[in-house]
Amino acid sequence: MIQVSELTKRYAGHTAVAGISFHVQRGEIVGLLGPNGAGKSTTMRILTGFLPATHGKVRVAGFDVATESAEVRRRIGYMPENNPLYPEMRVREYLKFRARLKGLPRARANARVDVVLQQCSLTEVSRKTIGHLSKGYRQRVGLADALVHEPELIILDEPTIGLDPNQIRSVRQLIKDLSPKHTILISTHLLHEAELTCHRMIILREGKIIAAGTPDSLQQSVRQSLKVIAELAAPEAELKQCWEQLPEVALFDIVATDNGFHRCALTPHGGADLRPQVFALAKQRGWTLRELTRNRHSLEDIYVRLTRRHEEEEEEF
Amino acid sequence: MQAYLTLTRRELAAYLNSMTGYVVIAAAVFLTGLSFTVLLLKLQDTPTPAPLTELFFATPFFWLIILLAAPVITMRLFAQERFAGTFETLMTAPVSDLQVVLAKFTAAWLFYLLMWLPLLASSFILRRFTSLPAALDAGTLGGAFLGIALLGGVFVAGGLLASAVTRSQIIAAMLCLVGGVTLFLLSFLGDRVDAISTRLAQVCNHLNLFDHMNDFARGVVDTRPVVFLLSLTALFLFLTLRVLESRRWR
Repeated sequence: MIQVSELTKRYAGHTAVAGISFHVQRGEIVGLLGPNGAGKSTTMRILTGFLPATHGKVRVAGFDVATESAEVRRRIGYMPENNPLYPEMRVREYLKFRARLKGLPRARANARVDVVLQQCSLTEVSRKTIGHLSKGYRQRVGLADALVHEPELIILDEPTIGLDPNQIRSVRQLIKDLSPKHTILISTHLLHEAELTCHRMIILREGKIIAAGTPDSLQQSVRQSLKVIAELAAPEAELKQCWEQLPEVALFDIVATDNGFHRCALTPHGGADLRPQVFALAKQRGWTLRELTRNRHSLEDIYVRLTRRHEEEEEEF
Repeated sequence: MQAYLTLTRRELAAYLNSMTGYVVIAAAVFLTGLSFTVLLLKLQDTPTPAPLTELFFATPFFWLIILLAAPVITMRLFAQERFAGTFETLMTAPVSDLQVVLAKFTAAWLFYLLMWLPLLASSFILRRFTSLPAALDAGTLGGAFLGIALLGGVFVAGGLLASAVTRSQIIAAMLCLVGGVTLFLLSFLGDRVDAISTRLAQVCNHLNLFDHMNDFARGVVDTRPVVFLLSLTALFLFLTLRVLESRRWR
């Protein structure tokens, strides 16, 4: 669906995207992940034909973005960053306008507007002025606009930014529901977001791809750093002694919590799962164990490590 | 074609669905009304054997309205879209740059014409209450409105260009105002530079919007000013199109 090869974008004085290549298959949900300024929005703007590339080839649905821009734009539903809308228009009126602008015949436009209003739960606000809507509703209007002409490819730039957790959840569900019929490219700077919605992630930093793959494969690559969290009711000194004696524990950290419990974060050597050992130890010593988990935030760790590396290097100098 | 019509409709609705449109029309009605009153009071003192339309366009009032209205009407067209980011949603829809430029121009120009309709009403009121039917006839009125439409094309297209080069509506309005006033003042340069160079004077005479408008107001429709005003409009629209395209090679 998307073929990007050696894409470079230079603005006067700096390089926003530096020779990235990736492919997106039909029906996939792919997340472009990276800190602010990594080149996510620039990449999306080039994909949608809004900006030209400095170098490189970009093809969407078999059409060249630079030379067959109109064909490409017909097949893309795009929601830019910050979801710009016309505040003076009413929801239905706006969607109707966008549908007609994208070339749908009148009857088809009306029918599609009804469908997307339903799909994005906008029916009850369809007669309201966009400027008076809450941020969550406005975001859904932007999504409805991206969907209204049934595009093959949907590109969403930071679709959940600035929403409250409930709204984020509903937008995320909406995106997931679209996935078998549409190919979706979303950008986010939140790893958690990408992990929950995307089949595949592409992590960008300073205009370069620094990692790519499925959430599982990325997790595999960092299995060794999977931490185990255990909350035990035991004296701190005793805990400390235990962890020091366990050969599998590489690093540990103990924090006192309430009622004599201690929260221990244990980093194992070589990807070992420490949970059975912790449980056995608690049983043997008669400690109360109230939590035992393997840290699920390890992806966040690599993300932070990958994307922060440069800043740290700079600090060292 | 569908995209052009859809866009034109939205742009026109943007004027009529917001306060701005009505404020502009109200201001224009107030100023034309005031100009007419002043003109009539003057005529009571010194009777003048000329059609009223001609007298009206020979006063600074008419020019004041057109010079002020053009920036107010056109400043939002592109600058606001750029500022709000809707420019991106607009340009990533399957529409061509030309369709966007023409649609915005058409909507602004139609709104500008709508703004002048009360002038027609004032003329009819005047005819009703004066005993002289010759004070106003279809020919001069038609000529006057043709002049208004053609001049409006130039000023609206110029304002569109000003709006396309900046994200700030204030800057767009200022550029349009300065451009418009400059064009207007050139009308008076012709008489003065005659002594310096006849060639320059000839150029200035061609650019003499003030005299062109006077001719139209007398009901004289010469093809030269018509072609001139139309080509000036086309030039501004072409430049606007180039500005829009510039994001692709900048």
